[in-house]
This record gives sequence, C-alpha cells and structure tokens, in this order.
Amino acid sequence: MSLLSGDLPRSRILSLLLLAVLVGLAFAPFLFGGAQPINTAAKVCVFILLVASYDLLIGYSGIVSFAHTMFFGIGGYGVGLALYYGTATWPVALGGLAAALVTGVLLAFAIGLFSLRVRALFYAMITLAVASAFAVLASQLSAFTGGEDGRSFRVPDALRPGTKFLDAPLFGVDVNGRLLAYYIVFLTVLALFLLLLRIVNSPFGRVLQAIRENEFRAEALGYRVVRYRVAANCIAAALAVVAGGLNALWLRYTGPDTTLSFTIMMDILLMVVIGGMGTLYGSVLGATLFVVAQNYLQKLMGSAAQALEATPLLARLVDPDRWLLWLGVLFVLSVYFFPTGIVGRLRSGRQAR
Amino acid sequence: MAAGAVPVLETRGLTIRFGGHAAVDDVSCAFHRGSLTAIVGPNGAGKTTYFNLVSGQLRPTAGRVLLDGEDVTALGPALRARRGMGRAFQLTNLFPNLSVRENVRLAVQARAGGGADILSRWDSRRAWIATADRILEEVALAPVAGSPAATLPHGDQRKLEVAVMMALEPHVFMFDEPTAGMSAEEVPVVLDLIRRLKASGDKTILLVEHKMDVVRSLADRIVVLHQGRLVADGPPAEVIASPVVQEAYLGVPVGAT
Repeated sequence: MSLLSGDLPRSRILSLLLLAVLVGLAFAPFLFGGAQPINTAAKVCVFILLVASYDLLIGYSGIVSFAHTMFFGIGGYGVGLALYYGTATWPVALGGLAAALVTGVLLAFAIGLFSLRVRALFYAMITLAVASAFAVLASQLSAFTGGEDGRSFRVPDALRPGTKFLDAPLFGVDVNGRLLAYYIVFLTVLALFLLLLRIVNSPFGRVLQAIRENEFRAEALGYRVVRYRVAANCIAAALAVVAGGLNALWLRYTGPDTTLSFTIMMDILLMVVIGGMGTLYGSVLGATLFVVAQNYLQKLMGSAAQALEATPLLARLVDPDRWLLWLGVLFVLSVYFFPTGIVGRLRSGRQAR
Repeated sequence: MAAGAVPVLETRGLTIRFGGHAAVDDVSCAFHRGSLTAIVGPNGAGKTTYFNLVSGQLRPTAGRVLLDGEDVTALGPALRARRGMGRAFQLTNLFPNLSVRENVRLAVQARAGGGADILSRWDSRRAWIATADRILEEVALAPVAGSPAATLPHGDQRKLEVAVMMALEPHVFMFDEPTAGMSAEEVPVVLDLIRRLKASGDKTILLVEHKMDVVRSLADRIVVLHQGRLVADGPPAEVIASPVVQEAYLGVPVGAT
C-alpha cells in the first residue's frame, strides 16, 4: 500500500465509506445526470483538498489558523484574474496559478515566521486579522478584482462545454470540455490528497505530530519547532491555493463569496471537526457530508414537506426554507455524539472490539 | 584527563533572577570528559534551574555557558541538543499519545537529522526503528514498545525518559533525579545504565540526585548548591564531611556541634 503511505483507514466501515466516496467522485458524471450533481461533486473534490490541507495545520501541527480561506482566495483570484485580463489559454491559467502559489507561500512564510513564535491564541488572532484585511482589500480594489461582484472569465477552449472530444455521447454523457474540467479537478485533488497522506506519514510529518504532542520535548530533542511550523504553514497554504485555482477553473468565476468569506472558513472548520481532526480521511468524509447536505438537504426537506402536507405542524417544521436550521441541528448532534469526528469514532469502535 | 584540557562543559558566572530573587547565583563550574559529577542541594537550591540554564530552556540574566569551548549561551535548546547535550527531565516529559517506540524513534531520527525528509515513509527507515528497539531493550522497555507513553507506570516513564536521551547519543548527559519515584527493582536498571555510560570513559555526566548512597557509589565529584550559590565542590568523601554541606544539606547549623 505504498500509494496510501501505509496509513490505512484501519476500520472496515471507514474503508467502505471512503471507497464509496472515491467511486462516487470518480464516476460522478456517469452515475448522476444533470448539472447539479456534477457541480456538487466538483465542489466536494475542491473542499476535500481544502479541508485536508487545513487538517495538516489544525490536526497534525496543532496550528489554529483563520487564514485558510485567504489562500483559497489567492488561488481563485490568481487563476481568475489572469484569465480575465489575459487570453483564455493554458499558459495564462497556469501562470496565474504559479503567481498565486508564489504569493500564497511567501505570505504564509511571512505570517508564520513573524507569528508562529507566539502563543497559539495570538497566532489565531493574527491570521484572523490578516485574512479580514485581505478580504476587505479584495472587495475594495473593485476596479481590479470586480469587488463584491467578482469576475467571470473565459476558460481555455478545452474546458468549454461547447468543445466536444467525441461525436457520440459515451454511456449517455457528452464527452465535452466540462467533463475534462471535472476530471482535471478530480485527478488533481486525488494526487494531492495522496501527497498529503505521504507528507503526514513522512519523518517530517512525524515531527509535526510530536510538536503537537509536546513542543517543549520536540525542541529538546533538537527539532527547531518554529521551522517545522512555518514549513507546515507553507505546504498547507500552497495546497489551499491550488484548491482555489481549481475552484475558479470549474466555476469560471471568482469572487469574495466563493473564496474569501468567513462563512467558508467556518464551513472548513466544521468539516474538519465532523470528519475527525488529525486523520486526513476525516476531511474526505467531512467535506463530502457537508457539501452534499448543503446542496441536497433543501430538496430532501421539500419532498418531506410535501409528504407530510396533511399534518400541519410537521410540514411547517420541515419546510425547505428551514433547511439551515436543520443543518445546524445535524452538526450540533454530530459534534455531540462524535467528539473525535466520524473517523475517530469508527476507529475507536474497532479498538473496543 | 589531561590537565589544562578544555572542559567539555563550563558555566561562568551563571546567574538568573526571577524578580529580585536569584535562583541561580554566579555559578562557575567546569565539567571534564569522562567525569561524573553529582549536583546536590536541598529543595529549591536551584539544581533544576541550573540544568535549565545549561541545556537552554532558560536564558541567564548574566554569565555564559560553554560547550566544547564554544559559547552556546545564545543558542536555544534544539541547537544545544544537536551539539551533543542530552537531558533527561525531572518531571517526565514525553509525547504522551505516541507509542513508547515512537518516542525513542523520534529521538533517533533527530540525531540522524532526518526531520526534513518529507517524501519518504517514516517506516521505510528501518535502521531508525531498529536502533529504537535496541535502546528499549537496554532499559527493559521492549515488551511495552507499542503502548502509548502515557499508559506506562511512572517508573517506566522515567526509564523511557532516559531511553530518549540515550537515543540522542549525546556526549554530555544530564540526569535530573533519574530514579525519583521508581520502585526498588527499577532503580538498579537505571543506575547500571549510568555506570556503563561512565565506564565508556568519554562521556561527561551530570547527575542531580537526592539519594546520598547513589551519589556516593557513582559520583567522582560532588557540587553543592545552596540558595542558588555553589557552596562546595570536591571529591565525595571530602564534600559530604564538610561543615558547609552538613549545614546546607542536613540542616545542621555550622558550629552547632
């Protein structure tokens, strides 16, 4: 299991769930017809990468950062603005991503170097301040960034819906630019997830976990804690930038609401907690569950409300407009019953037996 | 030991003040290769604080620390550890949720400078695991190698603390009450280990210890700290008999007898 870095799911149910997510995402365009499922699948992919990279910080390194959406945004704006101002070609898109990567990593390096020496709480505050400043900047520089409206842009020809690679549909699905775009998102996320799994199971990753456990001891062993933290910060930032770039390519749009908003930061935190911190696999389950619930709970409640039309109070309770309330209830319950997340719960269940 | 040789470890005028209180006050002392020095003194004499200053956990208010003749006062604990300073802490200080083996393996990895390796699997470095297992064997912890460190009984945690220091292969060993809280059967394991280190002849060992029988049997020199000051320094028999130690350590005022 070299591809999985020897870090197996260690629970049969967890393995099955992960396999289901993998198969579901790998064949999403063929399994589920229509635009909404494929959009949801792409969003799941993007958030798996975003949440997994955040888990490297919070779960493996014990660093609490509120700036993860900023790096996500830098990726989104890097690719988006490059394509908006440049021609819709691959070199421009990749150039935008490269510029975003450099900016993101330098910023992560600077924030880390200046503030990872201080206590965890102060670091969280500093990241919050920097991220807020960045969000304000992005919306104020509206002549450049499009402000609150963001920018819609053209993607390279190969990714457009009008580009057909096969004359006839394959298994009932048009083999067009959107399909290629989806698989670029899916495969990039899969590759980077496996890379992250390798990183946390490398000698370097082991040091991060040691630092999280006992910083004082790690330092006494000769590990220079600040350097390791800064390195983890930079890696997480780089992966968030890529996630942002993929998101922009898929949406063909970039704006504050899809990248920089604090709501997304809260979503990431919820996904990592629900899935299980410090497991990486948790981010897969957390992101999938959360994004799917976000997209389908309303629909599910709509049909439930219809079915319960006869019983007035219940029908009102499951009114589709109240979906956010129920989403909240679901999360409170899941955190209450699975304090170590879904993965933590599944793994400890196995040990108990 | 050649006379006039550069001491492996030396402190010059080492002082730290917390507020107005000098916890370690102007301590100058040199430690030579192959020696085992016991540092004794009543509770609150500044022994552990002195260790913290030497290994870099605390920065002195005044004075210097020299390792192999080089001034390391400005270096943090990580860099001092890399230069060969090993420390077993008085209050057990481990990675509680990591396995016993992993606690030691991380020290072996630190010694090998392997922390920067980000792309290979940690368990592909079999030699590090083998070294960790060999050290655990030496301190009789091999049977519990797979358990989380926090689940070990206190005595075993102290032994693990020593094992971690051994894994760093330092040339300066600092033991801070290594046998405190250990059962009578466990004490000899650690003492034998210290004795073997001493027998190798090229290590410099510092030992903070309360049990005078242990000190007498191991040390070839005793340094006495009292209220942060170095009050006596010499061969064990001589120091133990000196009136200043009788007062500082046993609470008998000078001239009372």
